Amino acid sequence: MRYSFGGDEHIFVEVDESMSLEAFFKALYITNAVREAAIPGVTEICPANASFQVKFDPDVIAPDAMLAELRKLEDKAAHAPSEIATRIIELPAFYDDPWTRETLMRFRDRHQDPSGTDLDYAARITGKKDVAEFVAAHAGAPWFVSMVGFVAGLPFLYQMVERSRQLEAPKYLRPRTDTPALTIGHGGCFTAIYSVRGAGGYQMFGIIPTPIYDPRSEHAYIPSDTMCLFKPGDIVRFRAIERPEYDAIQAEVAAGRYAPKMADVTFSLDAFHKDPDACNAKLMGALND
Amino acid sequence: MHATPSSWGRSMTEIEVKAPGLATTVQDLGRPGYYHLGIPLSGAMDQLALIAANLLVGNPEGAAGLEAVFLGPELAFEADSVIAICGADMPPKVDGAPAPLWESFEVKAGQVLSFDFLRKGARAYIAVAGGLDVPVVLGSRSTYPLGGLGGFEGRALRAGDRLAVGAGGAGRAGRSLPEALRRGPTGAPAELRMLPGLYWHRVAEPAQARFFEDVWKVAPEADRIGYRFRGGRQLEFAPRDQPFGAGSDPSNIVDACYPYGSIQVPGGAEPIVLHRDAVSGGGYMMVGTVISADMDLIGQLQPNVQVRFVEVDMEGALAARADRAGVLKRIRAHLA
Repeated sequence: MRYSFGGDEHIFVEVDESMSLEAFFKALYITNAVREAAIPGVTEICPANASFQVKFDPDVIAPDAMLAELRKLEDKAAHAPSEIATRIIELPAFYDDPWTRETLMRFRDRHQDPSGTDLDYAARITGKKDVAEFVAAHAGAPWFVSMVGFVAGLPFLYQMVERSRQLEAPKYLRPRTDTPALTIGHGGCFTAIYSVRGAGGYQMFGIIPTPIYDPRSEHAYIPSDTMCLFKPGDIVRFRAIERPEYDAIQAEVAAGRYAPKMADVTFSLDAFHKDPDACNAKLMGALND
Repeated sequence: MHATPSSWGRSMTEIEVKAPGLATTVQDLGRPGYYHLGIPLSGAMDQLALIAANLLVGNPEGAAGLEAVFLGPELAFEADSVIAICGADMPPKVDGAPAPLWESFEVKAGQVLSFDFLRKGARAYIAVAGGLDVPVVLGSRSTYPLGGLGGFEGRALRAGDRLAVGAGGAGRAGRSLPEALRRGPTGAPAELRMLPGLYWHRVAEPAQARFFEDVWKVAPEADRIGYRFRGGRQLEFAPRDQPFGAGSDPSNIVDACYPYGSIQVPGGAEPIVLHRDAVSGGGYMMVGTVISADMDLIGQLQPNVQVRFVEVDMEGALAARADRAGVLKRIRAHLA
């Protein structure tokens, strides 16, 4: 791991230059350990995809002492069980919806392929037969929330499949100035869900009917002590839906009766490597128990 | 830090916003603890200026006040109030008559506070005895406009808004800070001390030296999220095969956390220094981090001002931090 001070108040740790489940898992494990260690002076603990960051008050703990604490936890992580208790959340997803379609048409001049939609483009460059096959791959295996951020409550998602099956697509040539809230976007190997409306550069694949960030505490299923649905380490499964179900869920959300399906699960990296598909089937099966 | 519970606000007096200024927001010292969810610190960009204004009117240091950027607001007071304004040289007026900066003074019921054009610096902080009584959200009254969170309805002020003032304020007029304790805007080029690091090793060596030699200018894209700079030479990167998941541009990395004050250089062209409403992470390499002692100063930079980045090591960063803490200590002692 590579340690670097971010000014006098941060330590930035790159677990690996490349994205992998192993790198993410290690970042998550160590940041959990930092939280449990309750080191005086630590004010923010932020896991990311293949790295993490700790913010500290150097008046309470000297930078070198902070670094030594993290190195100790790294040593412990080497012998850590490759297993975490987490939860899986099912998100109904309306792919190729009219709102992201309208938006992507407005910004066609900033796209690699102005002739089709973002889904057409992604299906083509990932070698899928058509959009339906691409959507089947996107919704077919679960995703790890490998980082929450950029803006409030926005999850970065890394699909739990072998590297050869990862869906990769570049970002727009120039970022858009608009993206509908709750858009399912994709850039590099990461899917993201835009928590608020705003600028963005990811390919747009669809939209979800359920808010994931709740600054006015209007939704019972979003914890009011964080106002964000997701935390790093959550597992997400997209379930493709069409317009009638999208409208029905939106109405339920508006009436305060909706909560996404969730289940507590245990994820084991070893079990995943042995048989990814069986591991994923078991995780997704937990949603039906 | 938040010594004015909302429940005190029942007998509240109010301030009416006649004109909002450019992007005036309610801010306190910030909202730590939620960066891992993408919710940034927020709070005053020039923390020492807000603390000074609060102490001048007898508030706790972290009471909520207003941050006015580039263009001041016009505020009508409904009750006799004691206020203080610190930070940028944005001359205040009460019913058109000049009022002081860095000094507490009284505004009578019915009077209107307004501002002349900005002379120097960028942000003025307005503290009112009693503090502004907006709801505490996730431990702070600061506004995070991008997330519609905190402050006054999660946004910058608009004409017609009515701001509640907390009860229990007992400020005295006529208290002031001596010149030596007024940490406002500095001369040009402003110097931002930075600790190289993070992805600094990705920058080719000749370009590393040029980064510090060049004089940069604050670009128009300068706000609470970050400050963009122009005018220096393009950064060149050390060659490498881009890692899996990083993206194809040599300035891309696998999306990572961004420290406050970190300097990212998308495409190697224009450095952006993240500030208190920072995006918490992303896929651009960072070349280092502006030290904590110089973050207040960024909040006082106007577009087109010249800036140089100055390399320091950790020892230098901590010494600068101690200097800033010393100023704060003297402000506290002076106003105790």
